[in-house]
Amino acid sequence: MKRLLFVIPVAAFVALAFWFAAGLGRDPGYIPSMLINRPAPQFALPPIAGRARGFASDELMDQVSMVNIFGSWCASCEIEHPVLMEIAAEKIAPVYGLDWKDKPGAGAAWLGKRGDPYAAIGDDADGRVAIEFGVTGAPETFIIDAEGRVRHKHVGAITREDWRRVLKPMIEDLKKNAPAAD
Amino acid sequence: MRRLLISAAALAASEALAVEPDELLADPALEARARAISREIRCVVCQSESIDDSNAPLARDLRLLVRERINAGDGDEAVRDFLVARYGDYVLLKPRVQTNTLALWLAPMAAGAVGGVAALLFLRGRREREKPKPLTAEELDALAKLDR
Amino acid sequence: MTAEIGQVFLILALLAALYQGLFPLVAAGAGDAGLMRTARSAALVQGLLVAAAFAALTVAHATSDFSVRNVVENSHTAKPFIYKLTGVWGNHEGSMLLWALILAGYGAAVALLSKRNALTARALAIQGLIAAAFLAFIIFTSNPFARVFPAPADGQDLNPLLQDPGLIIHPPFLYLGYVGFSIAFSYAVAGLISGRIDEDWARAARPWAMAAWTFLTIGIGLGSWWAYYELGWGGFWAWDPVENASFMPWLAGTALIHSMRVLEVRGAFKAWTVLLAILAFSLSLVGTFLVRSGILTSVHAFATDPERGLFILLILVVFIGGALLLFALRAHAMSSDAAFNAVSREGGLLVNNVVFVASTATVFIGTFYPLFVDVVSGEKLSVGAPYFNIVFLPFMAFALLIIAPASALAWKRGNLKDAVRRVAPAALAGLAALVLALWLASPKTIAAAAGAGLAAWAGAGVIADFVRRVRLFETHAGARVAALPKSYVAMTIAHLGFAVVAIGVLGAGVWKSETIAYAREGDTISVGGFDATLTTVREVQGPNYRAEVSTFAVARDGKALPDMTAERRFYPVRGMQTTEAAIATDLGGDLYLTVGEFNAERGWVVRAWRHPLTLWMWIGAGLIAAGGLVGIGIGERRRVAAPSSAAQAAAA
Repeated sequence: MKRLLFVIPVAAFVALAFWFAAGLGRDPGYIPSMLINRPAPQFALPPIAGRARGFASDELMDQVSMVNIFGSWCASCEIEHPVLMEIAAEKIAPVYGLDWKDKPGAGAAWLGKRGDPYAAIGDDADGRVAIEFGVTGAPETFIIDAEGRVRHKHVGAITREDWRRVLKPMIEDLKKNAPAAD
Repeated sequence: MRRLLISAAALAASEALAVEPDELLADPALEARARAISREIRCVVCQSESIDDSNAPLARDLRLLVRERINAGDGDEAVRDFLVARYGDYVLLKPRVQTNTLALWLAPMAAGAVGGVAALLFLRGRREREKPKPLTAEELDALAKLDR
Repeated sequence: MTAEIGQVFLILALLAALYQGLFPLVAAGAGDAGLMRTARSAALVQGLLVAAAFAALTVAHATSDFSVRNVVENSHTAKPFIYKLTGVWGNHEGSMLLWALILAGYGAAVALLSKRNALTARALAIQGLIAAAFLAFIIFTSNPFARVFPAPADGQDLNPLLQDPGLIIHPPFLYLGYVGFSIAFSYAVAGLISGRIDEDWARAARPWAMAAWTFLTIGIGLGSWWAYYELGWGGFWAWDPVENASFMPWLAGTALIHSMRVLEVRGAFKAWTVLLAILAFSLSLVGTFLVRSGILTSVHAFATDPERGLFILLILVVFIGGALLLFALRAHAMSSDAAFNAVSREGGLLVNNVVFVASTATVFIGTFYPLFVDVVSGEKLSVGAPYFNIVFLPFMAFALLIIAPASALAWKRGNLKDAVRRVAPAALAGLAALVLALWLASPKTIAAAAGAGLAAWAGAGVIADFVRRVRLFETHAGARVAALPKSYVAMTIAHLGFAVVAIGVLGAGVWKSETIAYAREGDTISVGGFDATLTTVREVQGPNYRAEVSTFAVARDGKALPDMTAERRFYPVRGMQTTEAAIATDLGGDLYLTVGEFNAERGWVVRAWRHPLTLWMWIGAGLIAAGGLVGIGIGERRRVAAPSSAAQAAAA
């Protein structure tokens, strides 16, 4: 009986080692989205400088779309931009933009130099809408289904791989299963 | 008085600091609530700082949001609920007592209790060993033989 | 050439460590004294080789050799020379080499200072195996001597936060601490292999455990102090995972040195002491794993790499798993016949062990809980400072409650009434502190006031026992003080330090006051009874930074005090900005000022704090370390037990 007590430390350690091993592959900083399968937040954002049209959440209804959070200050958005242009050109789903925490005019100038992939852009200067989306950095992209629910969150720049293997199939799938518009 | 003496200061480096004067609420009681809540909200883009300590832009946004909710009349728990609805339990530095944190909150007391009980049992065992055992019949015989 | 030489030395060191690890073990098993002695030579040679490798890396940094990748990533020609030298350990590869250096250094020290017997030979062997594992880790996954072609003209500079005096001293002391527990671990495993854990074993191992614990106390104290003046708001402990990684070995180490005392004096607590010796270093290893594997996020974590994480995990499995397996197989056979009452010094030390091991477990569970939950269910949780403060402080409060009377108990059969009576005057101090705290301090919480009362009770109790023991107020007290046993002196100083730290933590952590406001030149900010007037703000050029220097004229209740200077620095190479606080210290507390961003309409953001009793934290930590230092040299042969059987036979 007493011998059993002495086995406890090594047994506990073995369990711990397995836990550590399992933990090695994970990213401790990755936070899954709270919005998955929930309705997208309601908002109505003004346009960015030089545009007439802003971006409101009712545009997300009755179509499958993507919402991309970006900013002129964001280095990874720079890297993602050409891919977004290609995605927009494919015309599979509209890409909406949320200009996050940008100084007035900065977002428009940034897009002017690089091209504009967005169907509409909302100016989220105070970052409140981004908080509603649970955004923790740029770029982040959400896939919204035809009923206005968030179905997927992509953290970081979208690569051509990501589009081909994950995002595009998901969007096409959602479009197929979308209820017919009245 | 503008004397210019050398100061007895320790200089240290740090990144910029957190709460800005223009964030402070006018009502000190509400501001105190805001600070207390902020100390328990994790800055989700930092490593493990609270939004009260962090100078990240998102931390500032969240600080302002906390104050906005307090001004709107939300109680402390409602403010926390608001943030958890958007960022998940991850955003709370003090985990709520719920099914998946029961073990966490009970563990310290359990550790103390287990240790205490183990110590008591050990001490009791020690005292037992100190008492001399009564002689067995054979030992009594041997003792009697020695006396002869 | 230097890098290649360093590389060669590392490989040779690995070979020496392998020799040191294998041959003496075999020799000790075979009783071959000659071969056992080679353990000593191998340890010394290994120490010299690792030192030479470390020197090579230092030379590369000092001469700004940008053909070495480690130098490119962490240095710059304009970096001040002292930070070129100390920047050697400001990164993963270099700090691992420091780790290996200290590991080897301890082995060499044991080789030089310890008795030459089978125990020492085996302990050195285990030490050699550990060293071999880490040298292999460095050579294969974290080589500091990797070259980069073509060599760039200049480097990426060191993170400005690390270009600070704190970097010079904090890591070395920290490593001297938790790497030092490797010796206690090696002795423990050696003792388990030989089957002999007794007073002689404790006498051999305790000084090394004590030394490691003392250095770790200093290392953690320095780390807290550095964080305090570095981070800009006076925070000194954040319960960050990496801070916890250094704190857990300290807590376990505290239990260890107390347990070892019982083993040394009474021959009891054998299996338990061995387990603690294994546990302390195991926690050091787990801490190393935590910091370098990417498994947890932390402000302190080095650049992470799962491949490295796997290697370290393997080291953990081999050494911790191996040691604990040996423990499971051998320790049950160890028993002692020491008898003692529950109320006795031994009993008190047992309670100490329960408190410190339970608090170690508490910090451990809190630190790793997010990982556990993530692996089990994928849910993401945070466990931060608010949680740890709630669950950890009660353990320390309990420790403060019993420390004075428990230390006054006699060995074997203690008299509780007696012990309490010896420290009873302290109760007055405790009560006075509680009342003072409720009256003067802010916020006026029961918990903080109770804490103040307990800290005062503990500190005054230690002093009361001392006064009574040396009969301080009678003649010839000086002679009695000089005649005090070292063990008593060490204990008294360290325990007093513990109480002093407690009161400091209360002051600086709970009773601080803060003012945040905009200020222009000429404006005054008030906090905690002090008035700071911003007099001038000017630009200054530093060696590798530009600074905005703000000067304050300070007064307290109208009386003028020396000026204070705060800075904001911009380091162009890394593109990072840092803020330097102005701190004025006195026994009552610190005045802490920082200047932040400039707003054209409103002025500069000025933050002012009054942190009461901060100095007491550092003094207290120093006292604990001083007690530890005295404790290393304890060499008592006093035994409080029945006469040994040899003496009985001689008397018969």
